[in-house]
Amino acid sequence: MTKYLLQLADNALILGHRLGEWCGHAPEMELDMALTNIALDLTGQARSLYQRVAELEGLGKDEDDYAYLRDAWEFRNVLLVEQPNGDFAYTIVRQFIFDAYNYYLHRALTQSKDEWLAGFAAKSLKEITYHLRFSSEWMLRLGDGTEVSHAKLQAAIENLWNYTGELTKPNEVEQALTVQGICPNLTQLKTEIEAKMTEVLAAANVTAPVGAWMQSGGKDGSHSEHLGFILAEMQFLQRAYPGLEW
Amino acid sequence: MTSLNFEAIFQSKIDDEVKIEPKDWMPDAYRKTLIRQISQHAHSEIVGMLPEGNWITRAPSLRRKLILLAKVQDEAGHGLYLYSAAETLGADRDDLVQQLLTGKAKYSSIFNYPTLNWADIGAIGWLVDGAAITNQVMLTRTSYGPYARAMVRICKEESFHQRQGYELMMAMAFGSPEQKAMAQDSLNRWWWPALMMFGPHDSDSPHSDQALKWKIKRKSNDELRQNFVDVTVPQAEYLGLTVPDPDLRWNEERGHYDFGKINWDEFWSVVKGNGPCNRQRIQARTKAYEDGAWVREAAMAHAEKKEQRKMQPEAASKAA
Repeated sequence: MTKYLLQLADNALILGHRLGEWCGHAPEMELDMALTNIALDLTGQARSLYQRVAELEGLGKDEDDYAYLRDAWEFRNVLLVEQPNGDFAYTIVRQFIFDAYNYYLHRALTQSKDEWLAGFAAKSLKEITYHLRFSSEWMLRLGDGTEVSHAKLQAAIENLWNYTGELTKPNEVEQALTVQGICPNLTQLKTEIEAKMTEVLAAANVTAPVGAWMQSGGKDGSHSEHLGFILAEMQFLQRAYPGLEW
Repeated sequence: MTSLNFEAIFQSKIDDEVKIEPKDWMPDAYRKTLIRQISQHAHSEIVGMLPEGNWITRAPSLRRKLILLAKVQDEAGHGLYLYSAAETLGADRDDLVQQLLTGKAKYSSIFNYPTLNWADIGAIGWLVDGAAITNQVMLTRTSYGPYARAMVRICKEESFHQRQGYELMMAMAFGSPEQKAMAQDSLNRWWWPALMMFGPHDSDSPHSDQALKWKIKRKSNDELRQNFVDVTVPQAEYLGLTVPDPDLRWNEERGHYDFGKINWDEFWSVVKGNGPCNRQRIQARTKAYEDGAWVREAAMAHAEKKEQRKMQPEAASKAA
């Protein structure tokens, strides 16, 4: 159970971290606010999940121990969320793919047999619904906008598409929890998620690569090179001055 | 009515504490002064996101990270709100942003200093927001209605930021010896620039007299600076930190702290573009603006196409 919660928490933490990198550098002030808003939601969700993990483990750890004192191989986030921001089209495509997945996942998690997780999902779903609306709208704007924006959006899709497979390919942790009715059957969710993606991509007049090779491993701690640098930056103070209150 | 009459009516409203509203007659110089001041304030909020944003990815706890993200987001909100207030005077946000990027418009010089250790995030909240509030509380009673109302909302959020900044300083100052050293280092670097935020001495302040008469300002630079020092010195003492001013002492007779001479050469040098980060700040803003051009163009093109698509079926049905 805690392994699964860490998957969810690490997704939220790492994507929130990436979005935080935009703060002050976005294409418009309104976008600075919107991206920061999503970063705030995700970081807040990560916090609740780490707190729950600490409670379940009962080892006297706190939320920050999970974020700041684990090394890359202990992180369970999907590869997609650790990918660099790139240009704004990259950020939007990464966000849209994640939001589409995250929305249907959390909607299903509201029915989880784990009461705490169901409650958490219901609360987060409100935020994630807004995230999905935001990223879908921007998919449309960029796809429909100008030739330049259309080309950039298409390029981002081609470069990020091989991180979509991992989202709906259950690992052992997920398979075991599906049997217990705690987490949904990802293979079933896949249909809904893909339908949403197809709908938005079509509206944005862009196409997904066919038969692309899918990268995976993040959920089990095998990451891309990017995560190490994220952690080096994020964990710097906690590592340089261990055991202090900040 | 002659313009003299207009001006007399305008001044009598000000004297009677009646707020000036966007559609009211106002002297050109009043309008210009306000556009300059409000847009400088907006620019300061936007540029001010950079030194703090510098630490978002390195915030040492999830709680601090959330607080910092929320704070920087508030600043973007203040910037937007203030540009809107400037637009009520006939200015255009895009023009104002251009003035910032070309260096024609100024912003608060304090943001040309770097954030070098984590305590700087506390010091900015405590000292920079503290100094800003001293100024802005006065501005909640400024004579121009939209500006005064914007300030009421902004002040509420700023005082929240200031408390959070001070709370961060407490964690550092009462923490480990290294943390205390960071806090002291940060106070050493931010103290004097914070005092400079109030601007030149009254005797050297070119815009002050008229601004006071029009009640755009209600207190002089030196009065505000003195208020700030009087409030802040005991706060530093509570933290056990040393204010980097050997001449600082309580003056029983005046009922105020006396403090040392401000290095105005440094102030003017930073205003003229020679601060440690002037170039980097404008470069960062310019990069965001230029890199974002295609995004803004796409959003506009999409909105136009959407509008056209809405119109087309109508036109088609009329033709039929």
